[in-house]
This record gives sequence, structure tokens and C-alpha cells, in this order.
Amino acid sequence: MKKPDYVYVTYIATTPEKVWKALVDTDVMRQYWVGPSGECARVNVSDWKPGSRWEHQRVDDARTVDIVGKVVESTRPRRLVFTWARPQDIVDDSKHSRVSFDIEPHGDGMIRLTVTHDELERDPKMLAGISGGWPMVLSNLKTLLETGRVLPRSDAAA
Amino acid sequence: MITKVQDIDRVFKAMADPTRRRLLDLLHRENGQTLQALCEDMDMTRQAVTHHLQLLEEANLVVIVWQGREKLHYLNPVPLNQIYERRIEKFERSRLSALRDLKKKLEGDDDEKT
Repeated sequence: MKKPDYVYVTYIATTPEKVWKALVDTDVMRQYWVGPSGECARVNVSDWKPGSRWEHQRVDDARTVDIVGKVVESTRPRRLVFTWARPQDIVDDSKHSRVSFDIEPHGDGMIRLTVTHDELERDPKMLAGISGGWPMVLSNLKTLLETGRVLPRSDAAA
Repeated sequence: MITKVQDIDRVFKAMADPTRRRLLDLLHRENGQTLQALCEDMDMTRQAVTHHLQLLEEANLVVIVWQGREKLHYLNPVPLNQIYERRIEKFERSRLSALRDLKKKLEGDDDEKT
């Protein structure tokens, strides 16, 4: 078994159900999921059934799709796994990396959320591209679930 | 705020030590290393490296993944993002940009000559 490329962990004072909802419900997602340089929000759209397709869309008029993949596992509210690829590589499984979310109760009203991104060696450019994004997304998710505060709309510090 | 003060203290304490920052740098260069691999780059005993890794793990800056019998260490920047988001971005963004403007002015832009 290959070792994972990235493993991110955050502890959140919330319930597994609320984290699950934040991972599959676009109304929650758009409140914490930002693009790589903090611009417009992103949502992941799917019916989240194993084998279904999902799309990483920008929340703007064009609804540009940056990432696509297939749902591998969907065990509410414990584990969500999907593949991750560029839109042009959707039929080429050999270029798909894989993202897993594991939600575990951590006692005292806390959960431990682990995000594992592996098989990125299949697409080395993607490896460089995603490395900054996950910590920001997870940090925003923690803030939203613990404080109810949504993202400050990034007022483009150009 | 639900994030406990102790959690943030742990992050700052962990980051305050140059040895521990070096361990994080090593993991940034190559993620998912074993204790043995990390020791090869560190000029200290295995016990000392273990101790420093333990403090990084308690601060959630390092995450352990077991792969068979191998214990792999991963860099976890999420707590640093939290500190940035809550303590710098929120309070200081306007002041930082004011400073940047001042610096620009003092250093002289072409179109601002007097």
C-alpha cells in the first residue's frame, strides 16, 4: 500500500452529522469552501451515492467546473471517499487521485475530522496545486461549525 | 470561542523551539516520514527527537498515520491556518494594508514625486 500524500486533521466542537452535512450540502459548503486564492466560493455537487459523479463548481454565473470525480464510499456520518481529477481526465481512471474524509467522535462534544489525499503521484502537477488549499478549507469549516460565522467575503486585496 | 486557549498555547509553544521548527521543515520537504528517517537529519538522540515529535503531535501540528508497522509523521498546517484566520486576518488586514501603502509612499512611486 502506498503511503498517503497529505493527511490533515482538525478537531471540531460539533457532531458527526453536522460535519457530514457540511461535506455534502452545497448550502453549507458555499459558506466555508473557497478557491485556492480565496476568491469565489466552491461547492461539490453530487447525489453522493457510490459510483456517482461529483463536480467541484465555482459559485458564480458560469458555474465553472474545476475538478470532477466519482464517489467511492459514502457512509453517513462516518466516511466519505471520492476520486479527484481534472474534467478532461474523467474517463481516465489512471490519473485520478483520491480524497477520504473520516469523521470520528473524540469525546467531550468533539469530533476528529481527518482528510487524506492519496494517489497524487498519478498527477504530479495536481500535487503542487492542492497542497495549500485543504488547510484553509478545514480551518474555515471549523470556524463555521463552532461559531456560525461565515467566510469574510474576500474584498480582493489587489 | 470553543477552541480552547490551551490548544493555541500548545501551538505557539511547539513553534517556539528551533528543533521543532526544523522537524516541521523536514516534513514539509518530505511528508510522511518515519522516526528513523527524521533522525538521520537531526543531530540528537532518538529519544530527544521522539520527545519533540510528541509535543508537535500534542499541538496537532504533526499527525501520525500507521501503515502496517510503520509509524509515519505528517505535517498538519491546519492549526497554523486557524491562528492566521482568527488572529491576523480578522484584526490586522486593514492595518497591514495601511502599512503597505505607507511603505510604498515612503519608498516613492514614480507617480508620487513631489
